[in-house]
Amino acid sequence: MTPRRTPPSSLPPEVRDLIALHNRSRVSRRSVLRGAGALGLGAFLAACGTPGSGGGAPPAGGPATAAGPTPAQDVSATEKTVAWANWTLYLDYDDATQTYPTLEAFKQQTGIDASYSEDIDGNDTYYGKIQGQLANGQDIGKDIVVFTDWMAGRMVSMGYTQQLDKAKIPNAANLRPQLQNVDFDPGRANTLTWQSGFAGIAWNKEQVPGGLRTVSDLWNPELRGRVEVLDEYRDTLGLIMMEQGVDISSPQWGSNEFGAAVDVLNEQIASGQIRQVKGNSYKEDLIAGDAVAVIGWSGDITQINAENGDKWEFAIPEAGGTLWSDNMMVPIGARHKANAETLMNYYYDPAVAATVAAYVNYVCPVQGAQEAMQQVDPELVSDTSIFPDEATLAKVKIFRSLTPQEETDFGGQFQSTIGN
Amino acid sequence: MTAALTSATAEAGAPPPPPRGSSRIAWLLLTPGLAYLVLFFVAPVAVLLLTSLYERVPDGPVGATRPALRWENYTDALVTYAPQFGRSFLYAFIATVLALAIGYPLAYVIAVRCRNRPLLQGLLLVLVIAPFFTSFILRTIAWKQILADESLVVAVLKTISLLPDDARLTATPTAVVAGLTYNFLPFMTLPIYANLERLDLRLIEAGEDLYANPAETFRRVTLPLSMPGIVAGSLLTFIPAAGDYVNSALLGTASTAMIGNVIDSRFFRVVDYPTAAALSVLLMAAILLLVAAYVRRSGTDDLL
Repeated sequence: MTPRRTPPSSLPPEVRDLIALHNRSRVSRRSVLRGAGALGLGAFLAACGTPGSGGGAPPAGGPATAAGPTPAQDVSATEKTVAWANWTLYLDYDDATQTYPTLEAFKQQTGIDASYSEDIDGNDTYYGKIQGQLANGQDIGKDIVVFTDWMAGRMVSMGYTQQLDKAKIPNAANLRPQLQNVDFDPGRANTLTWQSGFAGIAWNKEQVPGGLRTVSDLWNPELRGRVEVLDEYRDTLGLIMMEQGVDISSPQWGSNEFGAAVDVLNEQIASGQIRQVKGNSYKEDLIAGDAVAVIGWSGDITQINAENGDKWEFAIPEAGGTLWSDNMMVPIGARHKANAETLMNYYYDPAVAATVAAYVNYVCPVQGAQEAMQQVDPELVSDTSIFPDEATLAKVKIFRSLTPQEETDFGGQFQSTIGN
Repeated sequence: MTAALTSATAEAGAPPPPPRGSSRIAWLLLTPGLAYLVLFFVAPVAVLLLTSLYERVPDGPVGATRPALRWENYTDALVTYAPQFGRSFLYAFIATVLALAIGYPLAYVIAVRCRNRPLLQGLLLVLVIAPFFTSFILRTIAWKQILADESLVVAVLKTISLLPDDARLTATPTAVVAGLTYNFLPFMTLPIYANLERLDLRLIEAGEDLYANPAETFRRVTLPLSMPGIVAGSLLTFIPAAGDYVNSALLGTASTAMIGNVIDSRFFRVVDYPTAAALSVLLMAAILLLVAAYVRRSGTDDLL
């Protein structure tokens, strides 16, 4: 669910220097992307990987029981380190010094040597990579990992996470009320939100001058063959279900409601209305002109607008959109939980959160960050893609947690519908 | 795949039988290779076979399986994914035929016509191999950009009415087959080149001396002699093409999904290892059968 962005860190040094030239005063993600955009196709292509490959998944599935391994001994008191694995372009980065300014400040402030790596490029692939070690309670070498809601839920229910000591994270009280009590982790005992975003509809303003208001507008015959939807069913089918009047966050709905949404998707794929069902690469199709209207992610549209001129518009459909989050958690075998908690507490400081938000441009989950943004970048205080207003928040819902059986069935049904 | 390697020794004639005393040393020398095969081929295939018979734990966590002998995994997979299987072999077959049609003349020109011009020959060979310097995923994505709806290519084709106004080049079965052909063309060209490079031109001269016209000479002399190259090239093209999922994912649509895409989605998205394993075993078995039949028909059994 988390958009995978063009990672400047994977570019050769000379290209990075070029990008740095573009960042004169303020290093924000937008300006980095503008630099990357200027490099054109090369940088753009460098971001693409093998879809769904990689991940040394163990051969024989998960363990049969969820009894789970036991947490590792915490050696934080003697070893002042913490290792954090995150998605690409998800923390403020300074090209000139090649460091993460907020993380540097954390090191100085606390004396904890924090290491950061952009290891995660997909929920499925990263989970596949670490799942074998987690099942045996081994240390994966990371003290904090970041997963999207549904995968975070799987981690928690499998017993692959350590319970957080909230006394050590007083700033956790700053978490947005809407995110404080999620069904996959009641009371946020094991996880804390890193960033959030919306799934909604987006269109090319030139090709679709009238704009779109509902998901059904995507099925307009004039758009035939130029519509793309996400390969994350919680977003694509979530939006269709909301259009059909289902409250996706309520436990009331089941396979009938899901099936009704699958039928709509199936019909639109069979008729050729939907060109392709895609992950992150729908952005490339919007840029190339293959797609003119999509179900997509808010942050992506901000990004491609910054790169290619303000050509697209994003909206939450009238019937509602989805709200997803990426969540920090401490894996079961991690040996520096207390240090990890200190780090989480630091990033829930509104001023620090505002600095990060100014770079990543996602929905900031920390209350008070909007006020703190005044000091960081006054322009962004009223940016609704970072600080959505009440009206927007009222329109989005979090897709409810699925039972393991549902997850297998729904996932299978969706994959069959999209041809796999 | 061993065909290309063994063809050299096959044509050089069987080596004389080794003296008996050296067999222990031979085994010693073979040990690393055999150990490698057991560790990285036999063991994974055994695990794959076992996994393909596992069953899902009822009400267990996502992806949880337990040992069982659930043969229905195979019938279910075959029934559910028959269209994708059929499509994979059809696309791979068309791509192989197209690659042969393009690759053979190419290899012939480089190996035979340019035999007296080593510089040109080297240059052409480099051009055949050059695409390997870039990841084939990047090259496929590049094609996607080149053939995009708003691209120059499509605009020109529409202007000169070669393409109807509402048609497109990407996201079609044609694009997937073209992508497969393009990506595997060097695998067809190189074995044929390696074979034709050793073609004895005196045999062609002899054919001409015996009053065969060029077509007849090609049919009765060149083609039979280059059969090992054609077989090796076809196998190197067909086998990976049948299991490919990148071309379909990038250039296709929901209705062009190949079996590789299904295996990928079962393994990583649905975390349904037994079905994914059963599909992999079925794909391997089907390819083995098809290849065996093909090699037998083409009369080159001695290659394998």
